[in-house]
Amino acid sequence: MIKLTDIHKSYEMGSNKLHVLKGIDLDIHQGEFVSIMGSSGSGKSTLLNILGILDNYDQGSYHLGGKLISNMTEKKAAQLRNEMVGFVFQSFNLISFKNAMENVALPLYYKGVNRKKRNMIAMEYLDRLGLKPWAEHMPNEMSGGQKQRVAIARALISKPQIILADEPTGALDTSTSYEVMEILREINDAGITVIIVTHEHDIASMTQKIVRLKDGRIDEVILNGELADFRERYSKELQPV
Amino acid sequence: MFDLDLWKEILSALKQNRMRSFMTAFGVFWGIFMLIIMSGAGRALENGVLEGVKSFATNSAFFWTERTSVPFEGFQRGRRWDYDNQDIEYIRQNVREVEYLSPRLFGWQQDGDNTVRGERTGAFNIYGDYPDYFKIDGWTPIKGRLMNEIDVREKRKVCVIGERVVEVMFAKDEDPIGQYLKISGVYFQVVGVIHPETKINIGGGKKEETIIIPFTTMQTAYNYGNVIHFFSVTAKKGHSVSDLQDKLKTILKERHKIAPDDLQAVGSFNIEAEFIKFNALFTGIQVLTWIVGIGTLFAGIIGVSNIMLVIIKERTQEIGIQRAIGATPGKIITHIVAESVFLTVMAGYVGLSLGVGLLELLSMALEAGGEELFFRNPQVDLKMALSALAVLVISGMFAGLIPAKRAINIKPIDALRDEG
Repeated sequence: MIKLTDIHKSYEMGSNKLHVLKGIDLDIHQGEFVSIMGSSGSGKSTLLNILGILDNYDQGSYHLGGKLISNMTEKKAAQLRNEMVGFVFQSFNLISFKNAMENVALPLYYKGVNRKKRNMIAMEYLDRLGLKPWAEHMPNEMSGGQKQRVAIARALISKPQIILADEPTGALDTSTSYEVMEILREINDAGITVIIVTHEHDIASMTQKIVRLKDGRIDEVILNGELADFRERYSKELQPV
Repeated sequence: MFDLDLWKEILSALKQNRMRSFMTAFGVFWGIFMLIIMSGAGRALENGVLEGVKSFATNSAFFWTERTSVPFEGFQRGRRWDYDNQDIEYIRQNVREVEYLSPRLFGWQQDGDNTVRGERTGAFNIYGDYPDYFKIDGWTPIKGRLMNEIDVREKRKVCVIGERVVEVMFAKDEDPIGQYLKISGVYFQVVGVIHPETKINIGGGKKEETIIIPFTTMQTAYNYGNVIHFFSVTAKKGHSVSDLQDKLKTILKERHKIAPDDLQAVGSFNIEAEFIKFNALFTGIQVLTWIVGIGTLFAGIIGVSNIMLVIIKERTQEIGIQRAIGATPGKIITHIVAESVFLTVMAGYVGLSLGVGLLELLSMALEAGGEELFFRNPQVDLKMALSALAVLVISGMFAGLIPAKRAINIKPIDALRDEG
């Protein structure tokens, strides 16, 4: 599904060059539930951006669904994003002057689906996430958890193969975080690959595979079976707050 | 294609920033408003002036005499002289470029009350004219008739009079036609009341205070002998009146023993040259109007562009989201440009309407104010309104295009990261 080979990425910061990713090799298969962890500056957001075709890379190769992603025109990238990838952000990133239903329907608008049809589909997705009564509400009339669920509905509506979530629980309290994670797990159960970036160990431990980044390299990959070990190692941090 | 979502987005974006949208739109509004008002006012001045001269023959020249300024063939400088009937005869026969030639005698108003009827008296401008005069400076008979060839040939004692003369010399319900006026001691029958078609006035005084009698009658009745005070000519089609003017000057100087280099003795005035000056003036006004108007408009457009840049800056994140979930650069550009064009055109439309409305009001006020003003019928032609609108749409597009390009150049990732 996703195949990264020796990915390098650096940013120019004035005269300095910041080497963020120093050779990432990563395979993620269809239907996996992966979390990317790492301290700030370890390159996890950059990696996610490259995965989401929001950013390009300097070296190496990135195959998404068998297709080499490199040097795309912005138009092509936008179409690919629309078809393949659904995004969920820490700050929800809903459009403030559109109501919940319109926000969810937006990706279909860019696909050229007519208004009636896309609003109908949007209602279906809102219903699935239990937000039907809030369809007409504006983002500022909803709680954080509700907003994140709207964002998830929006990510799902274009039937993507991958959901990329950047700190999806970063702005939520613990119980709401768990709810959101539950939703993401259900999505994953339906066969969609879910990749989240997080720095919270308890959140990461709910996924099947944890990729730990350190200084632009993959430090360790913890698979499902080793999660017990992982839990033990980070038991202190996993204590309920 | 009508895209409801696009318009919804544009409207909500503008509504969110009511004050800013308004201030921006005001720049464009003001530009187009000024352009319309100035252009309309310029046009009104042109209309007013041209209205006042429209039926005046533009290919005409006028001649009078001044004292000589150069001694010649034994004559000292400062000699007084006059045109005479032979001059006219000579010109008629020898100068083929002349179309109409109308000699004139003046009976001066300064002589005091020169016109008497019973107990009524008045001081008027008395002119002895040929009917050809009406071909050069148009008058309309509002009662009776104009003076004609037979009046001149038979030296009839008839006169046509201006409206003011009627007011002074006749009671309100009296019909002046057929009545007699005693003009400087001689009785003349009124055959017509005439109204001036132009505001150009030769000889001073108000045109409505004019009494015109046959030239021949005047020459005989008041003992002018052979003398002519003044004459007007028009050039035939295809001949320049300025050339004709020079030619006649030379002829007249020769006939009256005036030095060829005497610039003063033959007084003359060429209306063609004045018309050219007028036209240049109006062209100048129009050009100036456009320069200032376009300049103001341009400032407004830059304002729009500037505001669009700010809007883009503020909405960087929003644009980032849109692009992350699949909006192509084309969509984003369309959106921004449409917003800019919408703002510009709305503002321009209001400016256009208000400008035209104000001109209409002004026009109505002027109409009520009578015809004394050299300012009439301020109007904006459709062509101008349409070209202004085209300028607005195109400039609106440009105003949007620059910020749109910038929005596209920001990578979605940078846009999303810009979370302030």
